Amino acid sequence: MTDFIKIENLVFDYIKNEDGHTIRAIDDVSFTVERGSFTAVIGQNGSGKSTLAKNINGLLMPTSGKIYVDGLDTSDEANIWDIRQKVAMVFQNPDNQIVSSIVEDDVAFGPENLGIDPTEIRTRVDEALVGVEMYEHRKKAPHLLSGGQKQRIAIAGAVAMEPECIVFDEPTAMLDPKGRKEVLEVIRKLNAKGITVLLITHFMEEAAQADKIAVMDDGVLKMVGTPDEIFLRAEELKALSLGVPPAVDLSMKLRERGIEVPEGILDIDEMVEYLCR
Amino acid sequence: MSIEVRGLTHIYSEGLPHESIAIEDVTFKAEAGQLVGIIGHTGSGKSTLMQHLNGLLKPKSGTIVIGETDITADGVVMRDIRRKIGLVFQYPEYQLFEETVAKDVAFGPRNLGLSEEEIDARIEEAVEMVGLDYHAIKNVSPFDLSGGQKRRVAIAGVIAMKPEVLILDEPTAGLNPKAHEDILEMVKTIHRNENNIIFLVSHNMNDIARMSDKVLVMDHGKLVMDGTPEDVFSRGEELKAMGLDVPDSMEIVSKLKAKGMDIKGACLTMDEAADKIAEILK
Repeated sequence: MTDFIKIENLVFDYIKNEDGHTIRAIDDVSFTVERGSFTAVIGQNGSGKSTLAKNINGLLMPTSGKIYVDGLDTSDEANIWDIRQKVAMVFQNPDNQIVSSIVEDDVAFGPENLGIDPTEIRTRVDEALVGVEMYEHRKKAPHLLSGGQKQRIAIAGAVAMEPECIVFDEPTAMLDPKGRKEVLEVIRKLNAKGITVLLITHFMEEAAQADKIAVMDDGVLKMVGTPDEIFLRAEELKALSLGVPPAVDLSMKLRERGIEVPEGILDIDEMVEYLCR
Repeated sequence: MSIEVRGLTHIYSEGLPHESIAIEDVTFKAEAGQLVGIIGHTGSGKSTLMQHLNGLLKPKSGTIVIGETDITADGVVMRDIRRKIGLVFQYPEYQLFEETVAKDVAFGPRNLGLSEEEIDARIEEAVEMVGLDYHAIKNVSPFDLSGGQKRRVAIAGVIAMKPEVLILDEPTAGLNPKAHEDILEMVKTIHRNENNIIFLVSHNMNDIARMSDKVLVMDHGKLVMDGTPEDVFSRGEELKAMGLDVPDSMEIVSKLKAKGMDIKGACLTMDEAADKIAEILK
């Protein structure tokens, strides 16, 4: 796989007040996201995850260092529209991202702004809605939908832009259990179709489904690895105010009680298989 | 003090074409000192129900008796009700507005018309109770705090009014695992110190299972289950059909049982599950 996003020594400072006092939100972060991969970013509140995401699609510009999206430098203003077309974002609260009073109009908003031909928009909107399993709701008013449904509309809006990558910033934080499952399933489906996914989350069981996990703390990239590798380091994660998925939690608790459990069991079904072998 | 809700019904936009029944014939009781967990899918009526408890909404029919007072009766002074019942909304940190933490927390008690000494004492007590260092933080701008700290300050503002009933709507939403855990510990501390009735609304089944004395389940405006966490979460299939779930520990245990492992009891927490599994495998 080739690199789709390449972050080189990224530093980002927020200017805090008028006298120019700054706060370093990202401190010398370097890593790459491969084309078509699923990367999760975890870290405590205020660790710099969202700032990192906003740097990737040019909503924020690096203080120093570089980010290349599909080879394009985000700090070069001439690239910014190309980059935003390649990288879409979906945020935590669906109510803040929905602009129209009819579902399909909302999904069409992005492509309309790209100046795309109306027949092409129609096709894209329909495909996007089918993709998130909301096609039958296309004529409804978004405020009558559940949280999970609204979030899927927001995702369809991003998909209709035909981006190569979608950055999800805690998309399930406000949803009920069913809404969370629905949204995560849609994310996995999009990834399976080849869209590069970057998922910022506080749910360790969601991060466990990624190909690679990046752990941020206080603006610094602390760990990068596969879920297997990362969740082995439970003590370190705890020190960073993070946790482990339920299956790993149970493995640790069983080991404390003298039961041998191999490392690398990340999900509940695997755990059940192992215990009943 | 106890709360008794009887036959509570609320209809939004009544008489208009898009009228909808938000809650229908809800009846339950909460006893003094109970921590009551409330679960339900988005739009199931949880928030509407909570807004009735402190009189923000008036029901179409039904009664809510808190202690001796029927708060739905005519002529009830709402000010007295809201003094007894504190409601912390989702993402309460967005409601902070004062220059300093102390001033923000003081806002509620000051509106109760308390003396300055009493107000000061209450602010300090409330800020310490939510797990923050009063002397270190009292003159700090709430906007310079972390997300978890801001949320604590907002909750302190409600606790400082010493409500006999405290309603917390999704207090852990959007927090990292440690901050999440800390907020739950804080809820336990408040409950222990104040011995009030706490309603905890959450989408997190693990939290509801381990915190609650009693669980209420809302579905499409109706109260469909009312029981102990053991009772409610043993009805996993029904909960899943409503868009809800069971705690992770019970999910694992029920899958193990389905494969023939003989585990007794509910296992509301992962520790309990680990104990029982270890016992069998040893």
